[in-house]
Amino acid sequence: MFKAKVLIKRRKTILDPQGKAVEIGAKHLGLSNIKNTRIDKYIEFNVDTNNKKAAEDEVNDYCKKLLVNPIMEDYEFTLEEVKS
Amino acid sequence: MSETKSRLGEKSPKFGIVVFPGSNCDHDTYYVLRKILDLDVIFLWHKQVTLEDCDVIILPGGFSYGDYLRTGAIARFSPIMNEVTQFANKGGYVFGICNGFQILLEAGLLPGVMIKNESLNFVCKDIYLKIENKDTPFTKGFNGKSALKIPIAHGEGNYFADERTLKELEDNNQIVFRYCSKDASVTESANPNGSVMNIAGIINNKGNVMGMMPHPERSSDPVLGKTDGSLIFKSLVNNIFN
Repeated sequence: MFKAKVLIKRRKTILDPQGKAVEIGAKHLGLSNIKNTRIDKYIEFNVDTNNKKAAEDEVNDYCKKLLVNPIMEDYEFTLEEVKS
Repeated sequence: MSETKSRLGEKSPKFGIVVFPGSNCDHDTYYVLRKILDLDVIFLWHKQVTLEDCDVIILPGGFSYGDYLRTGAIARFSPIMNEVTQFANKGGYVFGICNGFQILLEAGLLPGVMIKNESLNFVCKDIYLKIENKDTPFTKGFNGKSALKIPIAHGEGNYFADERTLKELEDNNQIVFRYCSKDASVTESANPNGSVMNIAGIINNKGNVMGMMPHPERSSDPVLGKTDGSLIFKSLVNNIFN
């Protein structure tokens, strides 16, 4: 079995209102060097197969069809073998 | 296609309102169509795989699947959406309101995406809509009306699309509604959520699938003091068989 760790990032060209609002908090805290705060998504799940290629294909499928909206997001992931 | 009679016209379409887990404007829409406009309307549970001979499918507002992951992202995989997609591809009329619009975007039946409102606030208020395209089955017969007063209620209504898509929308006259002031001026201050080009509603190139963030069902009952929303439903009734 594999543990998948997926990072989904909103494209840089698309406004991230959450990141912008959180950064206002940083300014209020006096953290004046903080710039370009972006809030993205991190998703973890298991893939119940021992075939790494099959696991990769299934993660890509999951990302492309559901987890990620390709109009505004990009993704990357890692797979780590774990005991079932 | 079914044909029923109502007081609005000789032949009236049958409406089907899809109910997803988390839909919450389904009953308001049903009430307006049945009680105010005297039309034939039924609910369609999201797990069914038949549209029961409806002529117009409405995806109502709400928070389908809790808005988890992205608004509309999970609802688009509900079993009924296969039927809705096939129906739309064959030219059937599909109307997405608020969350329904977000579902149409995720399903790829309309282009673009919704992101959080620029202000980060959930905005719930009456706004004005400039009718940019009066030649759709949803907007014919709005003579004399330059702007419609219809409420919005959303946290993620900030429409975004890349430049190529926006150009296509403009070139094909697919932008149906833009947020405007009371006198129908499209200004930045009239934009409640940061939508690119003040876009509030769009239609597909074939002209049979429309999505809009404002809620016409909330401005259709005269008792509420505003009825501009009912014009859209009436337009459908008067135009889809003619």
